[in-house]
Amino acid sequence: MIKLLKFLLAPVTGLAVASAASAECTNDTWNKVMDRGKLVVGVKADYKPWGYRDTDGNIIGMEADMAADVARTMGVELEMVAVQSSNRMQFLEQGKIDLMIATMSDRADRREIVGIVGPNYYTSGTNVLAPAAIGLKEWQELNGKPVCGKQGAFYNQIVEERYGAEIVAFVGNAEAKQALRDKKCIAWVYDDSSIMADLSSGEWDGFEMPLATEDDNPWGLAVPKDEENCIFGRFMSGMQYNWHRNGTLVGLESKWGIQSTQYLVNQKERFKDWLAD
Amino acid sequence: MIETFQEFFRSVADHHPTWNFIFFYEERQWNKVIGGLWVTIKLSLACVLFSVLIGIAGAAMQGAHNRFVRYLVAGYIQFFRNTPPVVQLLFFYFALGRFTPTYSPDGWLELPIISNVGWAIVSLSFFAGAFNVEIFRAGVEAVPRSTQEAASALGFRRLQIYSHVVLPLAFRVSLPALNNNLVNLVKTTTQAFVIAVPELLYQSVTIWNDFPSAQNPMMAVLFLSYLGLVGILVFGMNRWERSIRIPGYGG
Repeated sequence: MIKLLKFLLAPVTGLAVASAASAECTNDTWNKVMDRGKLVVGVKADYKPWGYRDTDGNIIGMEADMAADVARTMGVELEMVAVQSSNRMQFLEQGKIDLMIATMSDRADRREIVGIVGPNYYTSGTNVLAPAAIGLKEWQELNGKPVCGKQGAFYNQIVEERYGAEIVAFVGNAEAKQALRDKKCIAWVYDDSSIMADLSSGEWDGFEMPLATEDDNPWGLAVPKDEENCIFGRFMSGMQYNWHRNGTLVGLESKWGIQSTQYLVNQKERFKDWLAD
Repeated sequence: MIETFQEFFRSVADHHPTWNFIFFYEERQWNKVIGGLWVTIKLSLACVLFSVLIGIAGAAMQGAHNRFVRYLVAGYIQFFRNTPPVVQLLFFYFALGRFTPTYSPDGWLELPIISNVGWAIVSLSFFAGAFNVEIFRAGVEAVPRSTQEAASALGFRRLQIYSHVVLPLAFRVSLPALNNNLVNLVKTTTQAFVIAVPELLYQSVTIWNDFPSAQNPMMAVLFLSYLGLVGILVFGMNRWERSIRIPGYGG
């Protein structure tokens, strides 16, 4: 039986070995971007205020500003492509985008597929948006209740397994939040930073973020896996390092009305220039 | 035996980061695959059944004497055939879902009587049903006028002519086209994904979101499952077509 399976999978295994062997830098993506003079960045279009559409349909937000800064530094034009949590890594793998800055949590299994380079530019944890009328206090109270979620969020599975919530996962944030407003679920499980932004937008009166934030997880931007340890990956590490050091990220946070996070303050301190006063 | 099987796929996953057949060795993911497949099968069966019933009823109403009944059917066809099924699903679930009666298990939730699975069945049946009406109409129009007159001369009423003479003959003419539409319907059930119906695509995407390494295997599962499901449907329809064939009628 094993022999048969090994035989059947031989072509697959052969391919994987071949691709792992080509570790030398070809810098294909970097050269492509430079040649055509345009950088294609995958960003969110439904994740206010990191990436969303203004009334004219243009993608704006904190991550859109970061993407613009990358293109400016490389001296190329910028094109932004809207991606979703469930397809962002595939877009990068297939070369539909050159760079992905899309509110992605930095996870070990994701690093095997795309080139996530440090230092991480942001962090967030898991919490829920729930009507104040229910008076949620503990995560355990979600047991057996329908909870709206978003396809592609890594904590859906954690909340399901740890607290027994019944996750109803929609493709987009808008549908999931509409389902919460329609009272089809008792809460919307998502990043605490995004929920805070929602609450401060004034569109969620009577709702609260009642639980203790869990699973704080840094975010990562990503270049194609092959470029992780080549020019593009190193360059993006440098971009992020400088964003932390010169306070760009802290500035963007306040520009977009995001509640200031201790993480960014700490990182700025950590990378500060020892010669500066 | 099962252990060696699981052990093998664990080692495949260890060595090949994009070929993690996680559902073969983790019970939770296995249950998701089986659960999704089961929902897809139930959804497909319900939609096939209701869409065929809608098709038969619609084709009968198209031949009605009452002008308003005919207009009603024409309007139904135009609406459901000419708009995308995804939009219909979202519209039914989010817009119409608000006007249906609800129940509340805990005082705050307002769960609609018709669940998302229910709306998917309603929406997809109406969508495919609109095509079926036209398919059956083609069959009905292929039944010679003289045959109907002969039945009328024998004392059959209008409804009796339809059910005993026209429909059985029309059915035989319609089957190949109906076959096509039902195959399409089974594949369209994947679009229930947008209203979070836990069918096979929803579960597959959930699995590969939780385990990005499992995407290729899940794609394979999707392809093979639909090949299998549609294969069974086509096999059954073809057998049925042969078994009710009337020699010399309809080629």
